[in-house]
Amino acid sequence: MARFAVRRLASMVAVMFAISILTFLLFQVLPNSDPSTRLAGRTASPTQIAKIRSDWGFDKPIYVQYIKTMGKILNGTVTSYQQQLPVEDQIRQDLPTTLSLAIGAGVIWLALGILFGVLSAWRAGRWLDRGLTVLSLVGVSMPVFFLGAVLSYYIGDKARILPAGDYVALTSDPWQWFKHMLMPWFALSVLFIGVYSRILRSTILDTINDDYVRTARAKGLSERQVMIRHVLRNSLIPIVSLWGLDFASVLGGGAILTETVFNLHGVGQYAAQSVEGLDIPPVLVITMFGAFAVVLLSAVVDIVYAALDPRIRL
Amino acid sequence: MSPGAHLLEVSNLKVSFQTEEGVVRAVDGVSFALEQGEVVAIVGESGSGKSVTAMTLLGLTRSPNASFEGSAQLEGKELITASEEQLREIRGGEIAMIFQDPMSSLDPVYRIGSQIVEQIVAHDFQVSKSEAMERAIALMDRVGIPRARERVRSYPHEFSGGMRQRVMIAMALSCSPKVLIADEPTTALDVTIQAQILDELRTLRKETDAGIILVTHDLGVVADIADRIVVMYAGRVVEQGTLDEIFYNPQHPYTWGLLGSITRVDRDTTGLLPSIPGTPPSLVSPPAGCHFRPRCPHAFDRCTDVPALEAHLPETPQHVDRCWLSAMQKRDLRQVGDRIGLAADEPVIA
Amino acid sequence: MATDPAAVPGTEFSPGLPVGLASDEGEAPPGIGPYQLAWRRLRRNRVALAFGGLFLLMVVLCLLAPVYAHDIAHTGPNDPHITDVIKINGKPTNVVSTLGIPIGPTWHGRFFLGADATGRDIAVRLLYGGRNSLQIGAEATLLTILLATIFGIIAGYFRGVADGLISRAFDLIWAYPVYLLGIALGVSLQVGGLDLGLFKIQGNTLILTALIIGFIYVPYVGKPVRGQVLGLREREFIDAARQQGLGSLRIMFGELLPNVASTIIVFIPLILANAVLTEAGLSFLGAGVHDPNPSWGTMITDGIKLVPGAIHLVLVPGLMLVLTVLGINVFGDGVRDALDPRAKVRIEH
Repeated sequence: MARFAVRRLASMVAVMFAISILTFLLFQVLPNSDPSTRLAGRTASPTQIAKIRSDWGFDKPIYVQYIKTMGKILNGTVTSYQQQLPVEDQIRQDLPTTLSLAIGAGVIWLALGILFGVLSAWRAGRWLDRGLTVLSLVGVSMPVFFLGAVLSYYIGDKARILPAGDYVALTSDPWQWFKHMLMPWFALSVLFIGVYSRILRSTILDTINDDYVRTARAKGLSERQVMIRHVLRNSLIPIVSLWGLDFASVLGGGAILTETVFNLHGVGQYAAQSVEGLDIPPVLVITMFGAFAVVLLSAVVDIVYAALDPRIRL
Repeated sequence: MSPGAHLLEVSNLKVSFQTEEGVVRAVDGVSFALEQGEVVAIVGESGSGKSVTAMTLLGLTRSPNASFEGSAQLEGKELITASEEQLREIRGGEIAMIFQDPMSSLDPVYRIGSQIVEQIVAHDFQVSKSEAMERAIALMDRVGIPRARERVRSYPHEFSGGMRQRVMIAMALSCSPKVLIADEPTTALDVTIQAQILDELRTLRKETDAGIILVTHDLGVVADIADRIVVMYAGRVVEQGTLDEIFYNPQHPYTWGLLGSITRVDRDTTGLLPSIPGTPPSLVSPPAGCHFRPRCPHAFDRCTDVPALEAHLPETPQHVDRCWLSAMQKRDLRQVGDRIGLAADEPVIA
Repeated sequence: MATDPAAVPGTEFSPGLPVGLASDEGEAPPGIGPYQLAWRRLRRNRVALAFGGLFLLMVVLCLLAPVYAHDIAHTGPNDPHITDVIKINGKPTNVVSTLGIPIGPTWHGRFFLGADATGRDIAVRLLYGGRNSLQIGAEATLLTILLATIFGIIAGYFRGVADGLISRAFDLIWAYPVYLLGIALGVSLQVGGLDLGLFKIQGNTLILTALIIGFIYVPYVGKPVRGQVLGLREREFIDAARQQGLGSLRIMFGELLPNVASTIIVFIPLILANAVLTEAGLSFLGAGVHDPNPSWGTMITDGIKLVPGAIHLVLVPGLMLVLTVLGINVFGDGVRDALDPRAKVRIEH
């Protein structure tokens, strides 16, 4: 187990290195225009552009450019052109929002995904299953920003049941934080609930026909014990690992649409606002860190997965 | 014979399933009895209904689209109509079952020991966890798993196929069942391991008083363990008799075919196993009359009627078969060279 | 496969048919190919067909955009009418009020669904926007499927170094959250476009957005294709083909491709649905389609700016989007069930 963890973490570092190169290429080399001009933004003067060119080493060979870019990102000295502020300070400031969103939504979609999946499998073929299937299909077809906009209009602006957007820090007022996060959590969860319940439903229905489930019945366990201890326990393994990956991806930038439509001032919205102003440095840094977060968390997921499923621990 | 006279008595059992293609008559009127300490083998190809028969005894084939007729009684207790709660007590308690594929029959996420303990606890509410674990270790020891005390903490994937089948046997023995059903217990194992598992079953038979139902497609497996043999084909019993009767005086052409395809140690048959030509019929629309008719080289016009399962030899009234041929014809036709087979010009599988 | 658990209600919690009953006999009547069988199953699935019809209806509507614009609305998708006055029931009304609130649905030929903030006809833009969204979706799907098939088959067939490189590349792309990679590419390619020697693609074009989306989804199809090919290449018919002296290209695309085709077909609606949603998301963020080009995503963005005054500007394009994607998803589900009742395919966002 420990050896597995070490090996997995070592490969994670290698992947991060590759990610850094790929991100660098995507931003600095692939586009068919002068990177200094792009980084400097729309309103930059020739002197600003020249400064950026020497700062980032765009007049030097490509490997120097890579080293300089990574150096600036890791030192936290990349500045956005719009506010002329260090990008990483802004990210640090926005991170609690993104974490609040991701954790709350992650809990909701895992819980409801499992609940609906189990109900659907339990009543497979009956009206409850059909209803849940329809709902989950609508859920996976619903763009989160559309759902968010509609929710915040009808529940927020018109009915005034919940605040229509904005973020209140957990530390300043927990109840307000909760009320403000409720709609974003729900909006972000809908897609995942749909996906998870459908996967769990089909996994359960497959697992039920597995030989060891028949063994469990033949042992004289009650139907309830068979379902919970054997069918559900095994069916949850893929769901749990999926959850880790999706959670990582939401944390690493997947919540960008939700944050934007609810005006939450998270890392994702920071990226979105930078896109709007064609302010490339923050997008570069957020992309890099977002992918890093995904790689890091998926390594963690693999290690947890190995703990859950003894077959992998080899 | 009054009900309850046998340990287990199955009479005229019918099982059918509603499927997309139509009604599958998986078991069509099967009867046999099992006594204490006796081994009855049910033999047939896949799709013959032998596994369905075995699983039905434990209610494992129950589903909304399955329907049952006939009866199966354990010491006079009806199994077919038993309630779920009654069945739960019988399963693993009075009747235990070992399955074909030991690789997939154990839950991969739990330790071996706790899977055995789970069964002990399900039938004995007084036992403590640690007592149950001690019993599990003793059981594993008894079925020949070395270093049982350490290995209770292993996961199934850390065991070989043979060892897993031993675990399944240990589990089955945990509640001292009256009947042990072994559904193709050796099919998924390689030959040497097969012999060890069969040895284990033989020991069991000596040590306990349990009746054993051995389900298999391979007559060779049952040769020195079964007392009586039930041969099934396409949902029906086609022949039933003692081991000697079936092996030395087989009456049904299908049995001849099965006997002809046994691997024999005394003869170099590697790669030259005669097999029964053709495939088993569809159970949705089986052929009228004798189900074996389309594959039988000796079929004649009477075979379009269903032959009754009855004794044809006065000296062995318990030896029954379902064939229209006369005893005389059978004796001539089954002889292929110096051994028994279905037909002289059997195709061989290279 | 004799019983499809999804097709026979109530069978799922049963122990199922015992082994040997269900698996031994072939399910297909002789002479009927797997695709014919799938087609039969699909034809029986009325729900899937109805939603497939809904999707087709959307496509036809969007294709008729120029007809509608020219003959009914008498305006183009990008024509502003900010200072125009039209007559509704005889009363002259400003298309955009002095407060900047655009006219609501008139339920007449002109401004049937109202106007947006710059006085453009919503109904016309909706149809043109749908055309753009669907076009990008289709192009992206085509690209994804092409690249994923080629690279997936190459990786699975050659294994070794080729597989190592391709699989690592898939893993890398996979590691980026979809929308983050989308805006990263969208924003960095927006200014100068892309120059890959042979291809030159201008910034700020529809095809660029399609290219980006198509690229992002390649690993989601490529990985399963590779996995399947890895399994297939060990089978006898590939050995036989190799012994006959068939070349690698012939084996890959003559023998292996037909065998992974059903997997690929299952992915087409899935990728199409996701590509349309991704396009909308990227356009919503300003990293996809750009003004004045309409797309359902940009229309929602524009509409949100006028909420709470004019929620219909969000609802109308949003519902078109949801209905289209729902149509693809339900139909795609039916196709998957028909082709392989047990296939499990998913995609992440």
